[in-house]
Amino acid sequence: MTNPADLTLAQLRDALKAKDVSSLEATDAYLTRIEKAKALNAYVTVTADKARDMAKASDAKLAKGEGGPIEGVPLGIKDLFCTEDVLTTAGSHILDGFKPRYESTVTSQLWRDGGVMLGKLNMDEFAMGSSNETSFYGNVVNPWRREDGGNTDLTPGGSSGGSSASVAARLCAAATATDTGGSIRQPASLTNTVGVKPTYGRVSRWGVVAFASSLDQAGPIAQDVRDAAIMLKSMAGHDPKDSTSVDRPVPDYEAVLGQSLKGLKIGVPKEYRVDGMPDEIEKLWAQGIEWMKDAGCEIVDISLPMTKYALPVYYIVAPAEASSNLARYDGVKYGLRAKEYTDITSMYEETRAEGFGDEVKRRILIGTYVLSAGYYDAYYLRAQKVRKRIFDEFTDAFSKVDLILTPSAPSAAFGLGEKTNDPVQMYLNDVFTVTANLAGLPGASVPAGYDRQGLPLGLQLLAKPFDEETMFKGLFALEQAAGANKRPNEWWA
Amino acid sequence: MSIDKETVRKVAKLARIAEPEQRLEPLAKELSGILGWIEQLNEVDIEGVEAMASAVDVKLPMREDVLQDGPTGGGQPENVVANAPKTEDHFFVVPKVVE
Repeated sequence: MTNPADLTLAQLRDALKAKDVSSLEATDAYLTRIEKAKALNAYVTVTADKARDMAKASDAKLAKGEGGPIEGVPLGIKDLFCTEDVLTTAGSHILDGFKPRYESTVTSQLWRDGGVMLGKLNMDEFAMGSSNETSFYGNVVNPWRREDGGNTDLTPGGSSGGSSASVAARLCAAATATDTGGSIRQPASLTNTVGVKPTYGRVSRWGVVAFASSLDQAGPIAQDVRDAAIMLKSMAGHDPKDSTSVDRPVPDYEAVLGQSLKGLKIGVPKEYRVDGMPDEIEKLWAQGIEWMKDAGCEIVDISLPMTKYALPVYYIVAPAEASSNLARYDGVKYGLRAKEYTDITSMYEETRAEGFGDEVKRRILIGTYVLSAGYYDAYYLRAQKVRKRIFDEFTDAFSKVDLILTPSAPSAAFGLGEKTNDPVQMYLNDVFTVTANLAGLPGASVPAGYDRQGLPLGLQLLAKPFDEETMFKGLFALEQAAGANKRPNEWWA
Repeated sequence: MSIDKETVRKVAKLARIAEPEQRLEPLAKELSGILGWIEQLNEVDIEGVEAMASAVDVKLPMREDVLQDGPTGGGQPENVVANAPKTEDHFFVVPKVVE
């Protein structure tokens, strides 16, 4: 019999319903894999006992022919989602020992639908990073390696590096992730997985540790498009506890897979190119255009001239919001408190100096600076206005096209340590993804091919607000045409 | 615009992060690098453009002014202070703030 941990989420769901396999067997298969994959450092916390308890409860329901849409399916949870009585770190030292007394809306919906929690996944500290190198809990290593025999450890992308690595290495059936500037889509692109960032407001942010509240949105990283559709259906929905959550019915995303794309207009923005981008990515993009034509789509050349300003806008707006959100870590309410201090101000200052890593401090300082007296108009207000222009540009483009096709990231996975010396070089990883966050649009990365070193490359689709269904149709067509479903060699096991 | 050491000191104070003296100069360089790159926004014509604070076009929803059930409800001080480094009788304990 096949190892249940080799099945896709959809296959496992069906096997569980057919009682070909039990949730406990599947859960144990994943726990065994996780145990052997310590070299990847994908999990911060493994909740083995809880997982087995949840699996047994699922098996009892399945035995009676009951259970939710993903009953008994083992999942990994990014450590940004609060999980009741389970350590939640956000990849930071400052949340040492934090065990929330409540469950995030997203995870509670996954458990409602039958999901089993395997544990909490590593990530960049407070989701600030594109390589998973800012985590207090150490780098996550990409399961993929270059085919040059050099065994260089590569980044799984970030900030959801634990999510992308664990799905790529089959250390969970699927994972939750979050995306503030590209943190679902870039890691998915670097690991041959599917990453979906829904429309802002589609998924509740309640119980998700906040980074930049006007940009943060949760979504799945999954093995294939169908699995991502199943995950998103469980994660999405209106939540009165998040005032930006939008009250619209959640469609059955899985039902649209395989529907015809005939007559859809696909926009191709000429600005989605950067200096030094490998020609393989350019070629893959051209190939993607051909695949969409073959599927009956009409290709429309579009121009989004504001694209180059998206990252600079992001690096004002996101740090500004972060500096405000992260003011709550003061050594009083939860987590770390410094041992040495003289008065309350020095308690705050020493706690935050000790508890935050360099990248987080850098962004808090930038955010504090751009919001400070005398600089607010020049930086923050200007950035908000340029953001509006980016938004307007997309609104205009989407009056002419149904989807926009771009590369997901400007490079394949790079070596750990290769880009850590220059923050701006690291930031450029998100050049193709960050626009969707600023405009609130849904976007997703799908595996589309491999570079000459055998490393995965993704293509991105962007859609109109709340038109995830058309996006899923397009993703499925690209996935079928590309057939890029290789798995990495299990060098770590 | 480039940031000098004194500005870093001031901003770090505002952000309540203790930065050791020897970090101020390197930080000034790093932050100046980032802000220098951000400067390109000055090329964009923003005349008459409204500032965008949110990507969703919804009014802030109102709810009935009643006590909520569950984790956002009241009457659970033990949960509120459960994760605090130092507490006493459901209070957060901090160093003396009033002389």
